[in-house]
Amino acid sequence: MKPHATHHFQKDISNCGLTGFISKKGTRVGGEVIIKSIALMHDRGNGLGGGFGAYGIYPEYKELYAFHVMYENTMAQQLTEEYLESNFHIEQQEDIPTRRTKAIANPPVFKRYFAKPLATDEFREAIEYQGLTEEDMIVRHVMAINHEIEGAFVVSSGKNMGAFKGVGFPEDIADFFRLEEYSGHIWTAHNRFPTNTPGWWGGAHPFTLLDWSIVHNGEISSYGINKRYLEMYGYLCTMLTDTEVVAYMLDLLIRKHGLPASLACTALAPPFWELIDQMPNNERELLTAIRQVYGSGLLNGPFAILFASNQGLIGLNDRVKLRPLVCAEYEDFVYMASEESAIREICPNPSRIWSPRGGEPVITMVEGNV
Amino acid sequence: MKINAQGLYYRDLNERIRNAVESGTNTIELDNVNGQYFIGDGLNKPVTITINGVPGNDLAAFMNGATIIVTENAQDNIGNTMNAGKVVVHGHAGDVLGYGMRGGRIHIRKDVGYRVGIHMKSYQENKPVLIAGGNAGDFFGEYMAGGVLILLGMFSDNPEKDKHGFLFGTGMHGGVIYVRGGVDESRLAKEVGVFEVDDEDRKNINEMMSEYCKDFGLDPTVILNERFVKVLPRSKRPYGNMYCPMPK
Repeated sequence: MKPHATHHFQKDISNCGLTGFISKKGTRVGGEVIIKSIALMHDRGNGLGGGFGAYGIYPEYKELYAFHVMYENTMAQQLTEEYLESNFHIEQQEDIPTRRTKAIANPPVFKRYFAKPLATDEFREAIEYQGLTEEDMIVRHVMAINHEIEGAFVVSSGKNMGAFKGVGFPEDIADFFRLEEYSGHIWTAHNRFPTNTPGWWGGAHPFTLLDWSIVHNGEISSYGINKRYLEMYGYLCTMLTDTEVVAYMLDLLIRKHGLPASLACTALAPPFWELIDQMPNNERELLTAIRQVYGSGLLNGPFAILFASNQGLIGLNDRVKLRPLVCAEYEDFVYMASEESAIREICPNPSRIWSPRGGEPVITMVEGNV
Repeated sequence: MKINAQGLYYRDLNERIRNAVESGTNTIELDNVNGQYFIGDGLNKPVTITINGVPGNDLAAFMNGATIIVTENAQDNIGNTMNAGKVVVHGHAGDVLGYGMRGGRIHIRKDVGYRVGIHMKSYQENKPVLIAGGNAGDFFGEYMAGGVLILLGMFSDNPEKDKHGFLFGTGMHGGVIYVRGGVDESRLAKEVGVFEVDDEDRKNINEMMSEYCKDFGLDPTVILNERFVKVLPRSKRPYGNMYCPMPK
C-alpha cells in the first residue's frame, strides 16, 4: 500500500513586494517595464492592494502641480472641485483614463487636475507674513481635502509625477489605469499583503505628498508616536495605515528642516546606542543629536522602503534588516526590489548586484537637470 | 532531463519536478529559472537538480537527500528545516539561510545576508554544515543550537564591506562557528567567545573545505593558508535564569 503523505508541502506566502528603478540620465521608460518586474512577485501580495509611482510622466505640464484625486461619491467631487477652483488656477482637468476590467471591482472615480495656486488673500498672507512657501500651501490644501471632504482623497500632488493605486493585484491595477501608456524616468511599484489595516483604495501604496512617494514592505510599529509628532507640524493622517507617516516624515525632515537625504534616513533608522558610543567624536555627536532631536521620527519595526521624488530614488531597510531589499546597477539605471529575480526580469545582466545592510540607505539622484 | 522554466508559474514548475523525480529521473536541469519559489522542497530522493538562473525564496526547504546546484545567485530562506542533501550556490545568497536546518550541507560561494544559520541544530549523526565564501550580514549564527557554520570572507562582490556584521552568534547555545582570519570581537554577541582551533577542529575544517573546494573547483590550500578561529557559546543555557531564577 502506498503510504499517505503526512504533509502537503504548500505554504501561503505572506509578504509585500516592492520594486523600483531610476534612470539617472532621465531616460524615460514605458510603464510595461515596471509592470513586468512587480508582476514577477505576484505571490507576495494577495490582491488587496497594488500601486505605482511614476516620475517624468507629465512633461507638458511640468510647471504645474498634478493632483490625482480619488472620489468615493459625487458630493465629494463637487466639494473638492469647488475647493480647488477657489484656491487654484486649473489649467487642465480630466478623468484619469481607465480601462474597465473584470479584475477590478467597484473602483472609485479618478480625476486629475494640473494647477497652480492662485494669489488669494490666504495665499499672500501665508507667503508674505507667515514665512510659508508655496509647497507648504499645497500640503495644507492636501491635508484639508483629505481630512475635511468625506470621500475625497488626494492620491498624489507633485509636479510631473503621479500615483496610480487601488485594490487589486498590481498588474490588474496597471491594466485598469492603462499604465503602459505612460513613460517616466523613475518608477516604483508595490504589491500589498495588508496585515493590520484595511485593504481599501486609499490604503494601497504608494503614499505621497508633493512629489514624495513611498512604497513599503513591513510594519511601522512606532506609528502612534510618529503620527502624534507629525500632527504637531500640521500633517494629518487620514489613510488608515502606517506607511503614510513615512511620506510625511520625509517631507518634514528633508523639505522643511533641510536635512540631506542621507541624514534623514539616519533619523528614520539610526544605529543603536551601543554602536554610537563606539564611534569617533564627530560622528558620535552628530548621531546623538539626530537621535535626540528626532526620537519621535525613528521608525520602529520591520521595513524596507523605496522613496522617490523628482530628484531621485532611495532605498532603506530597518536597522536589523527584517525585510528584504536587493539593489542592482546597469549603465545609468539603478534598480531596487524585494527579490533579485524581480530585477533580473527587466535587467537580466546587471553590472553589480548587492544587498544593502540594515539602516544603510541606497541613495540615487538624477544627474544634472533632468 | 531538461525543463525550460521560462515564465513557468512556480506550482507548475514544482509539479513537473516532482513528477520527474517520481518517475525515476536522477538528474534534472532547469533553464531560465527566475524567481520561482520552493524548488526542491520536501524532495526525498537523491536526485541532482541544476538550476540555471536565480531561484526564488525557500529553495530546498524540508529537503531530504537531494542535491541542488545553482549556477547563479540565489535569494532568501534556503534550506529551511532541511534534513539531508546539499545545496551549492555559485553566486551570492540572501537572508535567513539554513533556518532550523538539521542535516545536509549548504555551500555558498560568495556573500550571504542576515541571520545565516539561524537556529541550526544537530541530533546524533545529523550535523548540518553551512559554508559561506564571502561576507555575511548581522546575526550570523543567531540562536544556533548545533551544527557547523564556516565563514571565509574571501569571495565577495563587495570586498569593501566588513567580513561579518554585528551581533555575531547572538543567542547561540550549541554548535560551532569557524571563521577564516579571525573575527571582530567588538561585534560578537555576549553569549559567545573566541577560541583557538585544535587538531580535531583542523581535521574537520580540512575535510569540509575539501568538499567545498571540489564543488567550486577551488584549490583548498589557498583557503587553508590562513588561520581559522572558533566561536563557541559560553553557556548551553544562556537564558536558563531569565524567567525562573534558580538558586545558585
